[in-house]
Amino acid sequence: MERPAIGLGRIILLFWSVIKGLFQPPLDMRNTIRQMLEIGVNSIPVVLITALATGMVLALHMYTGFDRFGAEGLVGTVVALSMTREFGPVLTALVVSGRAGASMAAELGTMRVTEQIDALETLATDPVKYLIVPRFISGMIMLPALTVITDIVGILGGYFVAVSLLGTSSRTYMRATWDYLQMEDIYNGLIKACFFGIAFTLISCYKGFYTRGGAAGVGKATTGAVVYSFMTILISDYFLSAWLFK
Amino acid sequence: MIELTDIHKSFEGHHVLRGVNLAVEKGQSLVVIGGSGSGKSVLLKHIIGLLQPDKGTVAINGKDLSQLSQERLNELRKRFGMLFQSSALFDSMTVWENVGFGLKRHTSLSAEQIREIAVQKLRMVRLVGIEDEMPSELSGGMRKRVGLARAIAMEPEVLLYDEPTTGLDPITADTINDLIVKMREELDVTSVTITHNMKCAYKIADRIAMLYNGVIIDQGSPDEIKNTSNPYVRQFIEGHAVGPIAVEGIGI
Ligand SMILES: Nc1ncnc2c1ncn2[C@@H]1O[C@H](COP(=O)(O)OP(=O)(O)OP(=O)(O)O)[C@@H](O)[C@H]1O
Ligand SMILES: [Mg+2]
Repeated sequence: MERPAIGLGRIILLFWSVIKGLFQPPLDMRNTIRQMLEIGVNSIPVVLITALATGMVLALHMYTGFDRFGAEGLVGTVVALSMTREFGPVLTALVVSGRAGASMAAELGTMRVTEQIDALETLATDPVKYLIVPRFISGMIMLPALTVITDIVGILGGYFVAVSLLGTSSRTYMRATWDYLQMEDIYNGLIKACFFGIAFTLISCYKGFYTRGGAAGVGKATTGAVVYSFMTILISDYFLSAWLFK
Repeated sequence: MIELTDIHKSFEGHHVLRGVNLAVEKGQSLVVIGGSGSGKSVLLKHIIGLLQPDKGTVAINGKDLSQLSQERLNELRKRFGMLFQSSALFDSMTVWENVGFGLKRHTSLSAEQIREIAVQKLRMVRLVGIEDEMPSELSGGMRKRVGLARAIAMEPEVLLYDEPTTGLDPITADTINDLIVKMREELDVTSVTITHNMKCAYKIADRIAMLYNGVIIDQGSPDEIKNTSNPYVRQFIEGHAVGPIAVEGIGI
């Protein structure tokens, strides 16, 4: 285990090199698009299932609860607010960092231990710019994009349960959603998603980039990437929420 | 051209290089020999700035590497080619994309032109018809030669070869030796080669240096090394198990 202070110092330095790389043309478009597909498109199935299940189960519980004091008309509101403010960004971030973050750490870690990163350097290619900047951009853009999908699908899932299964009228549900949902809820959620995208790509790339010790090291880097991404997402979520939704 | 002065390097308290002094003139071919684990690969990585010495300096054409900005270092590296002991091929790319990587990054050649050059370099290392395969589909010896083709693809002025013939059959190995000699004679390449193979060393070297216990204990022309009186070097080049160099773990 490295000392936390050293780890934190190195991750900040890495963040700084990534920021510098972002503003230094040329940007590696081919790699960036490849990463966007990898993070974005390939995550869609698992994001869809997560969103649908969450929206449905939310509606189910809310209905049971609200039914006790005759407020079942508000189910739509609660589902919409919870999805856009909280479950949309957080669940998307957890699911995507579990999938794409782990694969980033494993790929970069393997490249490190098989000296491919050294080889890049000898070929006069900055590995941070070539490997990490495209992943960083993709995480930052694709996580909000996927969150939009999660929000919509979650609300539809809630609609399906409340309206088709539990018999709320479609009009009531839609009004409860639209009358109380504000643009602010949506875009503050997306700001959170963007932050989570930055956090998990940075952590995963850092873990992979500084892997040591062969195959076992790659395994450790991958686990570390997921654990630290999860912790960062969950802890920062509270502070971001407190700050954004005052 | 390449000048290493008093290089020290440790890894977690393990003192690998303990004051290496070494110089290579332009157009010269230096071969470094030494036991397994003696730090030869570590030494080679210092020359191209992949590792930085704890103490001492690496100078290329009189410029201290540690004083160069990242941009200047990359400019310098474009004139270098390096073959890694482990080949270090990019496993997400085909063979020809590996060989053409530097050309793609640093020239404005079209993909077809790069592919053509890659095929030609692959032919120089006796590989034909594998340009579209992935590195994972190749044998170790083939990977090594793809690594070699990648190292020479940009027609560098300095070549660093880490065990270029290890794992090759004798005939292919000799072809590679010829190639290394040719690179020097025709293109005036400066090179540092690491090898365990004395036949290869005698064939390609202008000068041979032996690394032992973290320092260069002897160096000279192939003839001088062949007839050296240094008992360590004698034991090494003649390949005797018994001698002043104790084999760790055997407890002589
Ligand atoms: N990145 C590293 N981190 C820690 N230790 C290292 C590192 N690179 C090399 N070493 C250590 O340095 C020593 C020398 O390694 P090196 O690879 O240079 O040996 P070598 O002379 O090339 O051996 P061989 O002939 O087997 O290739 C070894 O003990 C190795 O464990
Ligand atoms: Mg070695």
